[in-house]
Amino acid sequence: MSTTVTRLPIVVPRGRPAPSEPRAVRWLLIGTAAAFLGLFLLLPLVTIFAQAFEKGTAAYFSALAHPDTLKAIRLTLLAALVCVPAGTLFGIAAAWAIAKFDFAGKNLLVTLVDLPLSVSPVVAGLLFVLLFGRFGVLGPWLEAHGVRIIFAVPGIFLATLFVTCPFVARELIPLMQAQGIEEEEAARALGAGGWQIFRRVTLPNIKWGLLYGVILCNARAMGEFGAVAVVSANVRGLTSTMTLHIDDLYNEDITAAFAVASLLALLGVVTLVAKSLVEWRVARQVAQAEAL
Amino acid sequence: MSIEVQHISKTFGTFAALHDVSLTVQTGELVALLGPSGSGKTTLLRIIAGLEQPDPASGPILFHDEDVARRDVGSRQVGFVFQHYALFRHMTVFENVAFGLRVRPRRLRPARNLIKYKVMRLLKLVQLDALAIRYPNQLSGGQRQRVALARALAIEPKVLLLDEPFGALDARVRQELRQWLRRLHDEIHLTSVFVTHDQDEAMELADRVLVMNQGRIEQIGTPDVVFHHPQTEFVMNFLGQVNVFHGRLEGGKVHFASVTVDPPDPVRAQDQPVKVFVRPHDFEIQPQQNGSPCIRAVVERIHSAGPNVRLDLVAESGERLHAEMPQDRFRALQISVDSQVFVTPREVKVFTDQG
Repeated sequence: MSTTVTRLPIVVPRGRPAPSEPRAVRWLLIGTAAAFLGLFLLLPLVTIFAQAFEKGTAAYFSALAHPDTLKAIRLTLLAALVCVPAGTLFGIAAAWAIAKFDFAGKNLLVTLVDLPLSVSPVVAGLLFVLLFGRFGVLGPWLEAHGVRIIFAVPGIFLATLFVTCPFVARELIPLMQAQGIEEEEAARALGAGGWQIFRRVTLPNIKWGLLYGVILCNARAMGEFGAVAVVSANVRGLTSTMTLHIDDLYNEDITAAFAVASLLALLGVVTLVAKSLVEWRVARQVAQAEAL
Repeated sequence: MSIEVQHISKTFGTFAALHDVSLTVQTGELVALLGPSGSGKTTLLRIIAGLEQPDPASGPILFHDEDVARRDVGSRQVGFVFQHYALFRHMTVFENVAFGLRVRPRRLRPARNLIKYKVMRLLKLVQLDALAIRYPNQLSGGQRQRVALARALAIEPKVLLLDEPFGALDARVRQELRQWLRRLHDEIHLTSVFVTHDQDEAMELADRVLVMNQGRIEQIGTPDVVFHHPQTEFVMNFLGQVNVFHGRLEGGKVHFASVTVDPPDPVRAQDQPVKVFVRPHDFEIQPQQNGSPCIRAVVERIHSAGPNVRLDLVAESGERLHAEMPQDRFRALQISVDSQVFVTPREVKVFTDQG
């Protein structure tokens, strides 16, 4: 590759350090932040793993291998498997509509997308009970047709879907707005169809933001407690997810409870690492959008 | 391929962007849509392209006598160059140019080798073949503009439409690219329309200029005609610097700023107040009175950097005048700040207040 593009050299100031607070104040501030992080984040994380392995590795793995635990893990994974793709599809569609088109009721849609974040998950759960429960609006009709939603697996999916659906959309809307619609218009003028425009132009431009949204969405889907607790009735081995199962075990077998909790904590750590990596790429994509 | 639009109107909500605009562009012609921002020129270009729909009551949009008004932009075979280039930022230069060929339906899509051949030929045409594997953010503004042009040409368009093609470039690159585009047009003879707010650009590049204001066409004509025979006050004002005087038409003569001159055209109107326009280079400056009607004025400031010398003058009657002359003429005059001079308008344009 020839190098005809000349770049300005990055000038690093040398010699004098930047003006700053006195040493004591600096250490006080850093110390406060470090102490807070240690006390409220690091210590609990360490405690979870310490408690989980308190009775040895064998006890840890036998707690995880318990049939009820395995079923709870399976249900949580299943809920994530159903809700994350659904939330992703919804998020892409909503962000595409909001960022790239003008239509009546657009502000209402934006507000609705944010609604699940402003409503307490418990209220969301109750909402579904009132709608689909035995004494709910649609309850009698559903019962007559032999469909069970509340206190069953579909209710868990619904509740999880409700609390997770804003994540992808919220991540994509600002990104897509920053990128504008000029590239899509250019693709259209060059003869591309709607799907071709989405797949070849829009999607590559949003892929990191999308991945970031999916990671957050997944973390929430697996970690949701409140809404799921209301709609599931928590029948062990049937409608118990990991979070509900941990809550359950806590009253009988602390080591087992912490063993399961350690899995969710691990998920959290993995999510954080993935999130930081992707965040860095998203920042680059936004910077590029603004530079062009 | 000729372009003809008839009676096009466009309203955005309550704002009328275009009022009943008609325009014909001959095959192989290069036409400039010139006007200030908000004059509707970009809207007209986007309607020709099919990126915007005109109001339902509008007339047809004919490409070589075929009405394309109902066709989508993708099937009109127009090459469109966007103001900010709109390059696909995640694709290399090569991929950008190849895009229009790659998205064709399978039976119309050229073979891989042919695509490569065509793209490389276009990149040679715009002198970017060495940068084929670069990404848009690794290019300068002028290079991006040329990629955008090559991408638009790749679909073998029947017409080329350019929205403020040099708007985002610095003056020097703009000048080079302008001349290059004119040569390119003379080479490939593609019917082209471009939008600009820069009158020099329109004058230098276009075969014909269409001056727009507030959604209406003020005048269409060759650069020469539009510049020397402006039909409206707006065109006179918009194309270059001009001195404006409030005068009177009386007894077939025009009176303004203590002079009386013959109007440029035989008078058809009755006595009334008029606006008199004089271009800076149409003022003749004399150090002494020479008998012809003149305005007595004092030199306030001299701008001598540039091919012409510009003078700011204050007339006896209080008006400010701007005059312009070649360097050698200025040296011959031997005048300086505070000198008294005598100003004779060589050519005036007169518009009545009704327009």
